[in-house]
Amino acid sequence: MNIENTIRIAIQAIFTNKSRSLLTMLGVIIGVGAVILLMAIGNGLQVYITGQFDSLGANTISIVPGEVFSSSGGFGSRESQFSAISNNKLRYTDVKEISKISGIRAAIPMVLGNSDISYQSTTKKRSIIGTMPEYEKVRNTKAEKGSFFSSSDNDGGKRVTVLGSLLAKDLFSNIDPIGKTVRINGQAFKVLGVAEKKGGGFGGPQFDDYAYIPFKTYIDIFNDQKVSQIVVQAEDKEGIQENIVQIKKQLGKRLKSDEFSVFETTEILKVINQVLGVLTLGLGGIAAISLVVGGIGIMNIMLVSVTERTREIGLRKALGATPGIILLQFLIESSLLSVFGGAIGVALAFLLALVINQFFPAVVTMFSIVLAFGVSATIGIVFGVAPARRASQLSPIEALRSE
Amino acid sequence: MLLVLENISKHYTVGDTIIRALDQVSISVDEGEYVAVMGHSGSGKSTLLQIASFLDKPTTGSILLRGKKVENYSENEMAGLRNREIGFVFQQFNLLPKTSAIENVALPLVYANVPAQERTARAEDMLREVGLGDRLKNTRAQLSGGQQQRVAIARALINNPSIVFADEPTGNLDSKSGEEIMDMLDVLHKKGKTIILVTHEADIAHHAKRRIVMRDGHIISDSKDRKKKV
Repeated sequence: MNIENTIRIAIQAIFTNKSRSLLTMLGVIIGVGAVILLMAIGNGLQVYITGQFDSLGANTISIVPGEVFSSSGGFGSRESQFSAISNNKLRYTDVKEISKISGIRAAIPMVLGNSDISYQSTTKKRSIIGTMPEYEKVRNTKAEKGSFFSSSDNDGGKRVTVLGSLLAKDLFSNIDPIGKTVRINGQAFKVLGVAEKKGGGFGGPQFDDYAYIPFKTYIDIFNDQKVSQIVVQAEDKEGIQENIVQIKKQLGKRLKSDEFSVFETTEILKVINQVLGVLTLGLGGIAAISLVVGGIGIMNIMLVSVTERTREIGLRKALGATPGIILLQFLIESSLLSVFGGAIGVALAFLLALVINQFFPAVVTMFSIVLAFGVSATIGIVFGVAPARRASQLSPIEALRSE
Repeated sequence: MLLVLENISKHYTVGDTIIRALDQVSISVDEGEYVAVMGHSGSGKSTLLQIASFLDKPTTGSILLRGKKVENYSENEMAGLRNREIGFVFQQFNLLPKTSAIENVALPLVYANVPAQERTARAEDMLREVGLGDRLKNTRAQLSGGQQQRVAIARALINNPSIVFADEPTGNLDSKSGEEIMDMLDVLHKKGKTIILVTHEADIAHHAKRRIVMRDGHIISDSKDRKKKV
């Protein structure tokens, strides 16, 4: 008998018992769906974070206090990061020295603090960033409405601000904020512009919630000399590693090596992606357990099916089916259940990913589909062997005699 | 000679006891013969049918089909023999559930690698021949007992077998349907088909020209031998 007929018989058997087949497939449907969906969420997060870093500007080097990376390559411990912030020794003089290094287009300081910010009766507690006008270009943060503050605004320590798009919406809802006055740390600030939407959150910085004020103004009103971060823009990508060496050398004159970190901004991305990659695989692995459970479900139902259909097997053998054909029929049946279940699982995961994408980044990858589908098909074959063998070894007489 | 069984024994071991279901049984069947094997429950008639129809192998003895020894055939070869040479009519009809009459009849052709179109055409013809031309798509649940047995006869004949084995073919039927089925077997015999019928009912056995009576795994009488003696 040819394989086409065997497949046809197996499909017929599956459709003859529709509800049982569907229930059998349920385990695989959930397993495949869970693997694809969880991996989609992990991948979505990676794509999202990569996008965030891209939006931070190209060819940038970050300088922060303390040791960001541990010697093993991952992030440093939480304790070391906290102590770095409290013992921050980066100062504006460092920014000025770094900007003199050749091959560096711009070096700007960033100071970060929290403050109440209010418009009329609406008050929000938000992060305030004190920085230079060059931030607009270096960090690729354009003013969507109005304009970014100028050098003269900074030099004069003027009370002007650029609001993140979410913050502007929170404070002003539908009113145009340009030219209005908000109060930051109790002082009146004129809104010069609203920054274009950057996105963010999910544990990372939410740029759209920030209020940007001139660096000098920040120092004046918060009386804080510590620079939270220095952002350096290199002239070209090729020179970045040399720039890092030079910056380290410059800072090393005044600070100990564990008091500052210099890294290409995308380096953080590499570490985050590494962590997320492991997380995604871990999530996929946990979901894969449900796939195996689904496979065991298929085996159970197939074993019940062999017992239920003993008479049918006997009849088929009496009419000329060889043990090999019976084995193949049941093996194809379990594999098809698994493959159909896998296909439904993939479709379901796609639909759910579309829904989830409205609230959380989820990207379904070909790799996860191939992995989940491949594993489910293999499970169908592996877990189908025992029932199929049992069916093929039945004696036709015993089988025909069964009730 | 179409089928020869020589000194066939079939022994089963249950615990310490050996059960001799068949003991040194010999029988030959000619082409076109209509044979009834009779006997009470446990007489060995069903075991004889199973061995003669290649569903089972004897413990000892030899089987010749058209002079060719087949008792040492592999399981696959036995399956091939059953498919080509044997047609089965069972007491329980044994139709596949939720499957149309036409698909049930075509089943042996599936295992004979007959193309789908030809299978359907031949099964349709066969169902018309047994008077079920208007029931082609009906499933087991939509057919009466008599109709189910007719579908089973159509299935037994679809591959044009050398021998039709009927195991208590009227056992699950009312007397009218039983008579109809026996009439069909009579017609088949008249057309030259070899039929081996297993029954415990004397009036059913009388449809056959030759009657073999079994008891305790032995043949105690064979009408063919008596005729020879006379």
